[in-house]
Amino acid sequence: MLPAHLKNLAGVGREIEVIVSGVPTPNSVIDAIEVDYPMLRGTIRDLATQRRRPFVRFFIDEEDCSHDDPNDPLPTGVAEGHVPFIVVGAMAGG
Amino acid sequence: MSGVRVLVGTRKGAFILTSDAKRHDWKVSGPHFGGWEMYHLKGSPVDPNRIYASQSTSWFGQLMQRSDDGGETWSPVGNEFRYDGVPGTHQWYDGTPHPWEFARVWHVEPSLHDPDTVLAGVEDAALFRSTDAGNTWYELSGLREHSTGSSWQPGAGGMCLHTIIESPNDPNRLVVAISAAGAFRSDDAGASWKPITKGLHSEGIPDEDAEVGHCVHHVSMHPSRPDVLFMQKHWDVMRSNDAGESWFEISGNLPSDFGFVIDVHAHEPETLYVVPITSDSEHFPPEGKLRVYRSRTGGNEWEPLTKGLPQENCYVNVLRDAMSVDTLDECGVYFGTTGGQVYASPDGGDTWNAIVRDLPAVLSVEVQTLA
Repeated sequence: MLPAHLKNLAGVGREIEVIVSGVPTPNSVIDAIEVDYPMLRGTIRDLATQRRRPFVRFFIDEEDCSHDDPNDPLPTGVAEGHVPFIVVGAMAGG
Repeated sequence: MSGVRVLVGTRKGAFILTSDAKRHDWKVSGPHFGGWEMYHLKGSPVDPNRIYASQSTSWFGQLMQRSDDGGETWSPVGNEFRYDGVPGTHQWYDGTPHPWEFARVWHVEPSLHDPDTVLAGVEDAALFRSTDAGNTWYELSGLREHSTGSSWQPGAGGMCLHTIIESPNDPNRLVVAISAAGAFRSDDAGASWKPITKGLHSEGIPDEDAEVGHCVHHVSMHPSRPDVLFMQKHWDVMRSNDAGESWFEISGNLPSDFGFVIDVHAHEPETLYVVPITSDSEHFPPEGKLRVYRSRTGGNEWEPLTKGLPQENCYVNVLRDAMSVDTLDECGVYFGTTGGQVYASPDGGDTWNAIVRDLPAVLSVEVQTLA
């Protein structure tokens, strides 16, 4: 699931599906998003460092997994496509 | 039918204001990219339908947009601004070394000759070029790698390259300005650079001959006289008659020589416009009166232009890229405020009207004169 600004930028609905080969991880999911929606390159991860942007957060099953290792496997539910990997813009004012 | 298109970048989106040559009745389009900071939009002088725009937020970083139909539709283009090589460090506010980090694009400058070529001035200060209509960008690293680069420090708004001037009669000549490093000129198409700050004096820089460290806010030039440059510095309005080799002060009778914008009349190269701001801590007009000051003598002698502008209780600012002129027979002058007003004068500054009054804070104003 994408935050409103990125949904609008990509011209998609709130929820998108991507195909990931191998065991999905946060990084491989974002890699797949960037392949399918190149206009989102650099918006979730910094282009230079490939790190999550400070004001972007990741949630799964209502839990903030932003600080997990981005190369760790995602839960089975995400891999099977029935639990969303949620990308949100942090509530940071502005 | 001739007319104008005003490209307005704001803190929360872009707006496009259009009118016929009378410049009385306006159509307002927008917000485009609502919610995003639109630092700058500018059209190609070669193809006015080609517009480049810088779009960013703290959340999602930097994007670049391009329109090929005068702002009706937009497409995201390349947003990778990678410093050449190992970028090293510049000085941080406390004087310690700080790694060069890309933050955003402050200014886009489409080529005078080729609609697919465009320069971008970024924070942390560097100059990038695209020759494929914004799809890919490469750094003109000779600027950042200048021998003084490691001593550059950011101004209060960040270490931004905010002014880019391409000489109309010499494609190899470029002038850029950086807060708070100063001004630089290249005579070899951006390969190498020299500081052009002789004659600038800044409070807080005891060395009268300091090449860098001057907080240049904006530089302007009339295309018919590319060697004559006008500068609004942090404090002081300055002029150079020799392409920046030396500068002298032209603040004259201004009520304050602090400010951000400076621009030149389209047909009178000795007619200048500035908007005096009270001080570096009081970013609003002196006495709460919003006054554009015009000099018809190339500086020193200034007259206030007030007709149609608020003359009491006005405490807005006019940021460095938020003034522009059109090239219609009777030159139009435009500026935007942090209060969200965009003012237009169809008669060279004699009278003013607000095209719009309640936009988000205006970051930039560029005007296209349409045939």
